[in-house]
Amino acid sequence: MASNKKYWKSVEELNENSSIVDTLKKNEFVEELPTDEFLGDKESLDNSSTTRRDFLKYVGFTTAAASLAACEGPVKKAIPYVVKPNELIPGVADYYATAIADGHDFANVLVKVREGRPIKIEPNKDASGETNARVQASVLSLYDGLRLKGPKGKDGYISWNEVDAEVGEKIAAAKASGKQIAFLSSSDASPSTANLVASLGEVNHVVYDAVSESGAVDAYETMYGTRALPSYDFSKAEVIVSVGADFLGDWQGGGYEGGYAKGRVPKNGKMSHHIQFESNLTLTGANADKRIKVKPSEQYLAMTKLYQAVVNGISTREAGPLQDAVQNAVSKIKAAGSKAVVVSGVNDKHIQLLALAINNAIQSSAMDVTITNNTKKGNDTAVAQLIADMNAGKVGVLLINNANPVYTLPNSKEFVDGLAKVDASVAFTMADNETANVVDFALATPHYLESWGMVEMKKGQYSLMQPTIQPLFDTRQVQDSLLKWSGSTQSYYENLKETFATLGASTSWNQALHDGSFALEVTETASVVEGFDLNTELKSAKKPNVGELELQLYTKTGLGDGQQANNPWLQELPDPITRTTWDNYLTVSKADADALGLENVYVADGAMNGDYVELKSGNVSVKVPVLVQPGQAEGSVGLALGYGRTTGMKSEMQTGVNAYPLYNDFNTTQTGVTITKVSGTHKFACTQLHNTMMGRGDIIKETTLGVFNTATDPEVYNPVPKVSLKHQEVDATTVDLWDEFDRSVGHHFNLSIDLNSCTGCGACVIACHAENNVPVVGKAEVRKSRDMHWLRIDRYYSSDMTEEYAHDNNVGGKEKYQKMEEPSANPTVAFQPIMCQHCNHAPCETVCPVAATSHGRQGQNHMAYNRCVGTRYCANNCPYKVRRFNWFDYSNNSEFDFNMNDDLGKMVLNPDVTVRSRGVMEKCSMCIQMTQATILKAKKEGRPVGDNEFEVACSNACSTGAMVFGDINNENSDIYKLKNDKRSYHLLEHIGTQPNVVYQVKVRNTEA
Amino acid sequence: MKSVKQQSLTARLAFSSIAFLFFFTLNLSAQGDAANGKKLFNTNCAACHKLDKDLVGPKLGGITDVREDAWLKAWIKDNAALQATDADAKEAAKYSPTAMTAFPFLTDENIDDILAYTSAPPPPPPVVATGGDVVVAEADNTLLYILIAIVFVLLLMVVNLYRTVSELRDDAPKRKTTGDQANAIWAAFKANKFLHFLLTIFFLLSTAYIVFSWFMQVGVDEGYQPIQPIEFSHKIHAGDNKIDCQYCHASAKHSKTSGIPSANVCMNCHMNISEVSEGTAIGNHGKEVLDKEIQKLYDAIGWDKDKLQYIEGYEKKPIEWVRVHNLPDFAYFNHSQHVTVAGVKCQECHGPVEEMDEVYQHAPLTMGWCIDCHRDTEVDMTENGYYEKIHEQLAGKYGVEKVTEAQMGGMECGKCHY
Repeated sequence: MASNKKYWKSVEELNENSSIVDTLKKNEFVEELPTDEFLGDKESLDNSSTTRRDFLKYVGFTTAAASLAACEGPVKKAIPYVVKPNELIPGVADYYATAIADGHDFANVLVKVREGRPIKIEPNKDASGETNARVQASVLSLYDGLRLKGPKGKDGYISWNEVDAEVGEKIAAAKASGKQIAFLSSSDASPSTANLVASLGEVNHVVYDAVSESGAVDAYETMYGTRALPSYDFSKAEVIVSVGADFLGDWQGGGYEGGYAKGRVPKNGKMSHHIQFESNLTLTGANADKRIKVKPSEQYLAMTKLYQAVVNGISTREAGPLQDAVQNAVSKIKAAGSKAVVVSGVNDKHIQLLALAINNAIQSSAMDVTITNNTKKGNDTAVAQLIADMNAGKVGVLLINNANPVYTLPNSKEFVDGLAKVDASVAFTMADNETANVVDFALATPHYLESWGMVEMKKGQYSLMQPTIQPLFDTRQVQDSLLKWSGSTQSYYENLKETFATLGASTSWNQALHDGSFALEVTETASVVEGFDLNTELKSAKKPNVGELELQLYTKTGLGDGQQANNPWLQELPDPITRTTWDNYLTVSKADADALGLENVYVADGAMNGDYVELKSGNVSVKVPVLVQPGQAEGSVGLALGYGRTTGMKSEMQTGVNAYPLYNDFNTTQTGVTITKVSGTHKFACTQLHNTMMGRGDIIKETTLGVFNTATDPEVYNPVPKVSLKHQEVDATTVDLWDEFDRSVGHHFNLSIDLNSCTGCGACVIACHAENNVPVVGKAEVRKSRDMHWLRIDRYYSSDMTEEYAHDNNVGGKEKYQKMEEPSANPTVAFQPIMCQHCNHAPCETVCPVAATSHGRQGQNHMAYNRCVGTRYCANNCPYKVRRFNWFDYSNNSEFDFNMNDDLGKMVLNPDVTVRSRGVMEKCSMCIQMTQATILKAKKEGRPVGDNEFEVACSNACSTGAMVFGDINNENSDIYKLKNDKRSYHLLEHIGTQPNVVYQVKVRNTEA
Repeated sequence: MKSVKQQSLTARLAFSSIAFLFFFTLNLSAQGDAANGKKLFNTNCAACHKLDKDLVGPKLGGITDVREDAWLKAWIKDNAALQATDADAKEAAKYSPTAMTAFPFLTDENIDDILAYTSAPPPPPPVVATGGDVVVAEADNTLLYILIAIVFVLLLMVVNLYRTVSELRDDAPKRKTTGDQANAIWAAFKANKFLHFLLTIFFLLSTAYIVFSWFMQVGVDEGYQPIQPIEFSHKIHAGDNKIDCQYCHASAKHSKTSGIPSANVCMNCHMNISEVSEGTAIGNHGKEVLDKEIQKLYDAIGWDKDKLQYIEGYEKKPIEWVRVHNLPDFAYFNHSQHVTVAGVKCQECHGPVEEMDEVYQHAPLTMGWCIDCHRDTEVDMTENGYYEKIHEQLAGKYGVEKVTEAQMGGMECGKCHY
């Protein structure tokens, strides 16, 4: 049975009487022309001394003068290298393998370098690299003009020699006086750096993660003896039970979406079943088959019950939705046995111990305790102890590496007070941030793309970092400083090579550097330490407080822990769930919002406004805007960390509120918070009502695994839409207004998007920005629905109240929508990346008066910017709403002070793609520069193009394999198989546009 | 070879082997032939020796006055052997740390010729102006001239007809004064509405033509010949010395840009060529000016031409050439596609660069010009493995053996505009 659910993007659409939704459906360009802006008020017009005729004269003269001036072309210079490096050919990109390990994100990446400057990050698939949106965007952070440009003392910039002399003196003094030398560093998973820290002498090395996973690390240490995290391979799990673990987000260093997605595509009638207990609607919860809303404090309860039932076989008799859900999960886990896995995101040692114990008891094959995950090693107790030591005056020298405790610590004030009692404080930092401003020495460090390094993300699996550009500023790596201060004359590069040699890898240094990674054999296996007794451990467990209202803190896909907050790409990336840009906000459930009289109001142009509340926790209170979030657990509110930074940031980038002061005890769940409505209206830049498909159906197709497995005819779950031809219902695909063009010769490109494996992570969106020079437009413009994203990921909510159900059971319109109101409390979610569909019979092409958009025989819909006169007819006629209009020049325009307005930021631009100017349409080109480059490469080498050689930016960035690109004229390619898969369908097939983007029906592993 | 006095080692070796063959096949040398000696000198010796100046080796002008003939022959043929037995030779070898190459293949006659040349070099050839006659394409005004001529003829015919008609009617005296005649023509002209109509049409059309042609040349820089920071002559390099285009513009075969050679590429030759030969000139700039131009290269990269080494710690300055061929940003052009895949000769778009002293834009670089070529050019599908399948399909489908670039999709907007 095909699903006939009602889908909606915003709660507003469920409101039958909403005039806004109707207006938006009918009105393509929601913006009125801002005539008031340029005509001003009548009074000043009347008093103006310029008459209409004068005005016309001026216009005439200036136009004539401008056109005359334009006739003389400018003299352009061609400046070659003086001495050209041998490995470099101007105009040809080089790729270097390196790794990012910034304390929050860890990944093996390939860096595309053009003429000595990195312009794009790609996953290093040979080293199982997976990139998220932040890793993709990190290349722009390299060109951040507000980075610290050199070593700084209290009185401004100083030289490295002065730094070495002064800090060296302080270290010696601290050693002499017996005071502590502390090294406070974010997790860097770098064994070589740890060795260098140790070489300074007796150093208290404290690992501090802004968003802590300390509970999980402590739990592993207690149970298995070393400080690390187990690694998980979700592709091996048939049942995944997560209690508050956002493992498709930033949970335990991230990088789990690839394995997860593998298990989510039905193969031989099987796919994994995913149960999620959580309060906020996270990316992970949105992808779950069964999502159970629980208050943050109930996560403790849920995990305890799970443990008791699975391991001890005890089930409490009390009835209730939570109990039922746990029972259901337990039966699923028991049925799957070792093919189940339980994970938790609560930063509490005991909860984490329970999860480990369950996995240990069922011998979960998805959890690997031997090949540990080393990316997060933060130690909350040690951090607290350090702050106490600082305040007690025990610390002589404090070295802070790649951390911003003044901003991220909940007890930041204590830390700052403590700093005053430290003899010398040194911060190694890339950004000129809050911490850099209060320490004695702020030492500029290079970006990871300018650095050497060695990272051991998983046990025995090493990655090498290498510079891909000359340092932009007067920076020095922390490792070089440590070497110098420990009296060594080595450079870190030499030291690294030496370290590599001692590791005894089977590959050479050059080979390892080329590959970006190397592996060492891990011989010892981890096992539960002798004398470990869970029950003794649990005795010290604190029962969580249950509050009337509880706060669940989280990190957003865009900003993460906030260290890349000055990156406009990430600020403008719509949150996958709320579709909101440039903001953090308090997510509140519909029920709670109604009770407190909080609401979101949609104004005529699709923009959203929200009420403000004052959020109080302990003695901290912040004023935040409210966003009513379907799926939010009643009695809970959610707020994202990482926003509200003000130091070292462009003014446009200073968005949101800082939630770190609320992050008490490094616990993401805060009980006992209160909210009160305060005055004011917040203007969100939320894209969820933008670019709607005008109320047309056929957008999302989904079914259940049961139906999918039993159906003999795909028509059951993937019906071809019918149209009426000569009063006969026929398949829409058989009717055609146009003559068919022969596309069997040469290449014919298609892109397949699997709705099952797309998790909505947004990496493709940023990859598209980087590849195609997509401009950032800023909050005000996004609010006006003028975002320029060529690729958007639509998020649809749906409920079980279907149109069909309503029809069959005679449910009236009003009642139907009211019923839908209820499931809007916990809707199911589907993500759908939408870009230009490259229709073979494109509606946009037929309406262009100047033939600026036309079709290529390789299937791509071309857009000639220089031909476009900006009538916008094409956007009007596009059923998929994927065309974007340049309302302004976004480059070299101080009104849009983002990366395209400064010389440094412009270095990230892809030289193979035009920077569009004002007044032209643009849209996804299916990365024609990449397909052309692939073809040219094959031609130059005199061979046919490989079976799966074609790639586009989004498919390349996709870690889950949801996006596959290729040539359907090549029958050996993956895309050929996907195009002819029984799950494949086109968007809005009934209108006969014959798109070259195919989608795969979403299959949910649910009973219904 | 006129503008080059000294040559790189590679070139010298190549030429010397050719010379070697030459002398064994056709023994044309004559005793003490200074002209032949000059040839031999330039081929074998000029990389390290000059007649009037010390270089790597000492100056050779009047060397016969200093050394004996036999000694010189022995030295030239194998100086190392001579050093073993002769104290003078040992002393002479101290001139430079670089040992002189042995020339065992030079016969005694050859050496006689060279020595004849060193003692009495022939006078330099007269200065030949090599530049200044650059052809700049002019706008095509033929049609305009034809139109004006037609109008003039028409006017004459009208006047003649009018006079003949009035004479035949006899309503006017046979011959009138010139003033009367003019008045009459004017009156008739005023009366003739059809003529007015014709003239109006003519003026409108010609105005439209002029305006249109003016607009069509906006941004078309055919013939653009900017002054470059160094008076570099492609004629001397690519024409006279026959250096391959892609020796300097090496990225043309790999990349979208052909690449302006970096200064270190220039130095491959100019390490040994620090001055032009006597008589070299570009326009009215002779040796004096041109030697300074070579010095500009040394100033950029930091080369000490007297010590023949790079200056240590020199702050290098890039040479800011003026770009001649400017394609707008919205047009994508890839050199390697044309040079490597299609095998298009550089000259097809860039014109006779080997004849240009100062490079000018040969082609209009308009879209029409691109398209014209794409329309006509047939794609050679036989040599390239990429086209195998496509060729098979096309041949099977249409029975065609040859397809043009346009038929391959080379005229689609998106192939160049993205």
